Amino acid sequence: MAYQSTGVDFRTRLQDWIPKLVLSPSLAAMLIFVYGFIFFTVYLSFSSSKMLPSYDLIGFENYAKLWDLSAWWVAVVNLMIFASLYIIICTAIGLTLAILLDQKIRGEGVLRPIYLYPMALSFIVTGTAWKWIMDPGIGIENSMHLWGWTSFQFSWIKDRDMAIYTVVIAAVWQTSGFVMAMFLAGLRGIDNEILKAAQIDGASNFSLYRRIVIPMLRPAFLSAFVILAHLAVKSYDLIIALTGGGPGRATELPATFMYSYTFTRNSMGIGAASAVIMLMTIAAIMTPYLYAELKEKS
Amino acid sequence: MASVEQDTAVRTGGISRVFIYGILLIFMLFYMMPLFVMVANSLKPLHEITGGNMMALPQVWTLEPWRQAWSAAQIGVEPTGLKPYFLNSIFMVVPAVVISTILGALNGYVLTKWSFRGDKIIFGLLLFSCFIPFQIVLIPMATVLGKLGLAGSIPGLVLVHVVYGIGFSTLYFRNYYASFPTELVRAAMIDGAGFFRIFWRIMLPVSGPIIVVTVIWQFTNIWNDFLFGASFGGRNQPMTVALNNLVQSSTGVKEYNVHFAGAILAALPTLIVYIVAGRFFVRGLMAGSVKG
Amino acid sequence: MRGYFGKKTAIVAALLASTSMAMAEDVEVLHWWTSGGEAAALNVLKDDLAAKTIGWVDMPVAGGGGEAAMTTLRARVTAGDAPTAVQMLGFDILDWAAEGKLANLNTVATEEGWDAVVPAALQAFAKVDGNWVSAPVNVHSTNWVWANKSVLDGLGIAQPTTWEEFVAAMQAVKDSGKTALAHGGQAWQEATMFDGVVLSVGGVEFYKKAFIDLDPAALGSEQMTEAFNRMATLRGFVDDNFSGRDWNLASAMVINNEAAFQIMGDWAKGEFLKAGKVPGTDFLCFRVPGSQGMVAFNSDQFAMFAQAEAGAQTAQGEMARAIMAPSFQSAFNVVKGSVPARTDVPNDAFDDCGKKGMAELAEAASAGTLVGSIAHGHANKAAVKNAIYDVVTAHFNGEYDAATATTNLVSAIEAAQ
Repeated sequence: MAYQSTGVDFRTRLQDWIPKLVLSPSLAAMLIFVYGFIFFTVYLSFSSSKMLPSYDLIGFENYAKLWDLSAWWVAVVNLMIFASLYIIICTAIGLTLAILLDQKIRGEGVLRPIYLYPMALSFIVTGTAWKWIMDPGIGIENSMHLWGWTSFQFSWIKDRDMAIYTVVIAAVWQTSGFVMAMFLAGLRGIDNEILKAAQIDGASNFSLYRRIVIPMLRPAFLSAFVILAHLAVKSYDLIIALTGGGPGRATELPATFMYSYTFTRNSMGIGAASAVIMLMTIAAIMTPYLYAELKEKS
Repeated sequence: MASVEQDTAVRTGGISRVFIYGILLIFMLFYMMPLFVMVANSLKPLHEITGGNMMALPQVWTLEPWRQAWSAAQIGVEPTGLKPYFLNSIFMVVPAVVISTILGALNGYVLTKWSFRGDKIIFGLLLFSCFIPFQIVLIPMATVLGKLGLAGSIPGLVLVHVVYGIGFSTLYFRNYYASFPTELVRAAMIDGAGFFRIFWRIMLPVSGPIIVVTVIWQFTNIWNDFLFGASFGGRNQPMTVALNNLVQSSTGVKEYNVHFAGAILAALPTLIVYIVAGRFFVRGLMAGSVKG
Repeated sequence: MRGYFGKKTAIVAALLASTSMAMAEDVEVLHWWTSGGEAAALNVLKDDLAAKTIGWVDMPVAGGGGEAAMTTLRARVTAGDAPTAVQMLGFDILDWAAEGKLANLNTVATEEGWDAVVPAALQAFAKVDGNWVSAPVNVHSTNWVWANKSVLDGLGIAQPTTWEEFVAAMQAVKDSGKTALAHGGQAWQEATMFDGVVLSVGGVEFYKKAFIDLDPAALGSEQMTEAFNRMATLRGFVDDNFSGRDWNLASAMVINNEAAFQIMGDWAKGEFLKAGKVPGTDFLCFRVPGSQGMVAFNSDQFAMFAQAEAGAQTAQGEMARAIMAPSFQSAFNVVKGSVPARTDVPNDAFDDCGKKGMAELAEAASAGTLVGSIAHGHANKAAVKNAIYDVVTAHFNGEYDAATATTNLVSAIEAAQ
């Protein structure tokens, strides 16, 4: 008996440890490959690194240079315009399509994959097609002219002030269907009895959605926001494929700025400084979300 | 749990239904447009593209660009087409997706059903990792892979994709398992079931939908990656790098029809995954991630 | 540290290279020559090496004029896994040499007598501290104009020889309703035009003072404002739809009789030849008016990275030897549109534009009017090059006027140094 009891004892103690053991490889990988590398980047941002990492510290010089560069300001302002429009429009289109698709639509099974498929493609694949579609000489504008609508104009991609909005269009194309799926899932998860009860009380369709359905989609809104925000900040392929940062430097985003300073301009220190600022911004946006998310669960 | 086929109880009248179908169709055209441009131009001879309307259907239909892109186009010095790179991508994607999904499932299970002090912070750390821009990890990652002797190899690429995939897969599974009744796990524990037994017998059988979501998400992200593939792929470059080599040439002749055919070929696996598994995708999202 | 040892072992390797050729080895080559013609040209080299039982491991990474490949290279070197040979341009070679990562090719160079046949302006990018570190493959030059002969003949325009004639010719084309200047609005394409324009304004002396010595007085001078004015003039002759267009689609406009001129490097010739056009009868090639006798060049080279193993070093030396062989230089450059990097290669295989380019290169090299291209990284380091891109492209796209562009150029270059 004594033998058996120590066995059980050992096993229960092992059981206590197993969850932590299971989690530890992921945690270790995270600490090294994410947080260790972030620390390394912070270090580089204070160093004189040019082409390859160097370890001579030079204080805040890279940050001073960074904020002096007009290109960085352009990138930051572009990100604000891009991210806010992208998140708002994707959410609006996603929600609208989800609500409409939820009206016992014939052919939903066909429409849904069509709305979703852009998420499956990278901009290495679709970039050229978008570039052509938006190009006034060979794309939509030209086709409209050929079909007789000669006053039609769509030349934003060639216009310094408007080009950033073409980036929004392509980005919305890619992810709004995915957001639609998230909202559709949220809608399908709502108990129909609640809606029927409200209808019996005489609520109109509009107020039904505004007062009951949309508030119940709060978790879907939050998830959509996280996914859209992270895609907006990481947007890189999109810019390279669509505008190459042009016309001029009008559509640079922080991600393209960072890449170009780190890898093509051999100014790794400045690139690292811009990366640190990006990470700090992400942290500032994410921390409240994480806090709310984690608090709710406890 | 409501079924995915169930529609809302809201009723709409005839006129508004026309309106609804109209909007849905307009968006369908919007989403289809780039694919149309790619497919239409991939079926034209080159002179029809450079000399004409790129939005038009082909006047002469040809499959030659597709054959070229798959097996004859020049990728570097070898006229191999994209064919040999397809396998490289498969060898990279399959293990990376499997491993990151398993780790995500186990992590989500621990974080929701075996909570301990500090688990929230660990989850927060994992979640934040989703947001790291990949460009900044390139140089330190190269150092680490070099030290591990994994530089320029497929295991190295798998490692990289697993590491940066864990954040999202954990997020999906954690949110899914959070809505699974903890009482069932407790009861099983009292009955003497261990950690892995509970996972295997109780959690896994109900995880179908969220596995679909995670696999779709990881598969598309890893398949479409270019930066890591080009930097760490070495002799085993994945298909996206080959496609990029086909499409991007700075001082050479550009064969747009072959480029488009290649682009569609490179995207086919992800497209198929979306179309085949798309039905389960909404169901999976519904069951888990958006419930928060 | 690796680089330090690498340099020493490379010397040993080069010694070995001359004595033993028995070892079969692979060379791993990182490059961005992925289009059909370019790759076909590289195949010549691959076959040459195969004849010496040296295998070729291909590492193509295309995109952004080598930018993607340079990123890959950095990851490879950081991982301690440098390729044998890397296609590289201008100052990048010097930067990598300064990091101590390149091999020493002196033995092969001495045996083959490279010093005597490679123009000095090119050697400045292939030799560091008197040691050969890379093998130049070709010389491109950027101050070319490509013109549609039938459009010019139709309007009775003769080939312009001065800037004023060039402007008048473009005006005549514009009045006729065609596009005068075919151009793709990408920063590097605008900078490529800027190469020729700066030469046409101030000649080689001004070019060197401003963009090679980076003399602030020259950079901020009246002449610089004039150069920007000329860029604005050119801007007036491009169509509304130029922004973001690929350079080869701009070439197609000239080929298809839609436009009269394009200012572009000699790689544009390939597009014309591929379309079945004949130099002299269908299209003309001439220097940017005002820059005759001067050549702004950029040269693709294969920089050799230090290898640890003797076998790899041997193969590397053989590869360098094969690159510099006159037969390869001729075969490659006929296909690529550029001219050989050594001046003693027979010109029989080249077309008229190629022959002209070879003769002008030789003249410019002896007259001292051969200058590194600003746009293609042969005048200054990457940081400065990109700072110039920023100003040139912003001005060309109408962000500010010529005087402001001059002021901004001075400050941008100062900040980038």
